Amino acid sequence: MDVDSTQGRMAAYMRDHQEKVVGRWSELVAAGVRGRISAVEVRREIEDLYSLVIRSMSGADEQAYGELRAALAELSRSRARNGFSPTETALGVFALKDVVYELVADADDLVPEFLGFSRMIDDLGLHTFETYAAAREEIIAGQAMTMMELSTPVVRLWEGIIAVPLVGTLDSARTQLVMEKLLDTLVATGADHAVLDITGVPTVDTEVAQHLLKTVNAARLLGADCTICGIRPQVAHTIVSLGIEFGDIATKATLADALAHALKRAGLKVGPA
Amino acid sequence: MERVPIVKIGQTLFVSIQIDLQDESVLRLQEDLADELSKTGAHGVIIDITAVEIVDSFIGRMLTMIGSISRLFDAETVIVGMRPAVAITLTELGLSLRGVRTALNADKGLEMLNGRT
Amino acid sequence: MDELPIQSGDDVVRVRQRVRVLAAESGLSLVDQTKVVTAASELARNALVHGGGGLARVEVVRSGNGKSGVKIGFSDEGPGIPDLDLALTDGWTTGDGMGLGLSGARRLVDEFELTSKVGGGTSVVVVKWSR
Repeated sequence: MDVDSTQGRMAAYMRDHQEKVVGRWSELVAAGVRGRISAVEVRREIEDLYSLVIRSMSGADEQAYGELRAALAELSRSRARNGFSPTETALGVFALKDVVYELVADADDLVPEFLGFSRMIDDLGLHTFETYAAAREEIIAGQAMTMMELSTPVVRLWEGIIAVPLVGTLDSARTQLVMEKLLDTLVATGADHAVLDITGVPTVDTEVAQHLLKTVNAARLLGADCTICGIRPQVAHTIVSLGIEFGDIATKATLADALAHALKRAGLKVGPA
Repeated sequence: MERVPIVKIGQTLFVSIQIDLQDESVLRLQEDLADELSKTGAHGVIIDITAVEIVDSFIGRMLTMIGSISRLFDAETVIVGMRPAVAITLTELGLSLRGVRTALNADKGLEMLNGRT
Repeated sequence: MDELPIQSGDDVVRVRQRVRVLAAESGLSLVDQTKVVTAASELARNALVHGGGGLARVEVVRSGNGKSGVKIGFSDEGPGIPDLDLALTDGWTTGDGMGLGLSGARRLVDEFELTSKVGGGTSVVVVKWSR
């Protein structure tokens, strides 16, 4: 945003009254944060911002406005992390307008410059809003990742037999996670058999089938045999009509069937005591 | 050039591959293995790649070739100790290492070889 | 940016080691590090075997949203690739030739750019980003 040099006079005026303006602005912002940030820290933040504002307005320093935006972006992210609402942060920025207005209210010659100044502050306030939104999106993405991790458990069914109950869609990101967890568990437990339970996978198309095949291949490279179970009737129909072949991978209807199969392969038998 | 040592224990030849193999070392290993198999009549070969961080298509092909060479001498090859990251990468690359079996570690590899009587 | 010559099997190993260091610096997970180093190994070998030798340029890069990644460019002055589509065809074979090297390497990275002219050499630039 272009700041024309006629704001130079206002910048000088604001510089002359720095103590008063910074003090008043700090008061308003401190009132807004209601003790969640110490008065000393608020004052320090405000002082830094104020000098950046004045440097931007004088027009002499090209980078000042960029630095000011960056400083406000950082402030906004920090506030977001500490649970402040974006409105609270933006209001803190807009408060400077009120303070400066009080200051120049009687100086008619500064009115046109005040308009330019006011627009600049509006732009900066909106900027903190946008930064806040971006920061929240990052947090949500992180939480989505955590959820994905939590919904991909690997359980030990028996000595040497582990199971991976898959719930939800099996996209490539999920598949990577499943493969990593499955293989790490194979190494940690020394299991020779893995059961992939797809009961909770809503649709099995060619892409999902490829992901399953990849997972099985990876497990095999670590010497583990795999069984796929949980093939629901509707899914079975889709698989056959799409021409998907599971080749030499054993497929079973239920987890119980898959366990029996794995036990048999391990040379074990379950019978009455 | 580093020569990979081949150790004979019973009827099995053990090869442990450490760090980044130069191409010539891989080719030398194939020759040495053929020699040993012919000399000793061993029934199995265990290749331990626990320490190998990268298996590209060249190394993959070399491993399958070792499997084929062994089979000519009526011996079976088992690759053991593949790292999860390597297995995932190989799968993504589309290499399925046909012609060699795989096991989690040398113990299981031996079980596999002995079970085949 | 590091420039590494690719004139021998030892050079391929050096390229792998350099890419590994920068991949770790960029914050890539272990699996992602393995993938990008393996892709680099494939492409370096291609430059050596099919391109008659070449050059690798390795560097850490940053994306617009602050993510780090590793970028590697391979170039050679070899015979070039006559049929790019064929060379990039997927195959689940353990077969020989460029088919496996290029299509496989592409699956391992996030960005893949291939330019080649018959008689005019080949250039491949790949990027892998941290998550």
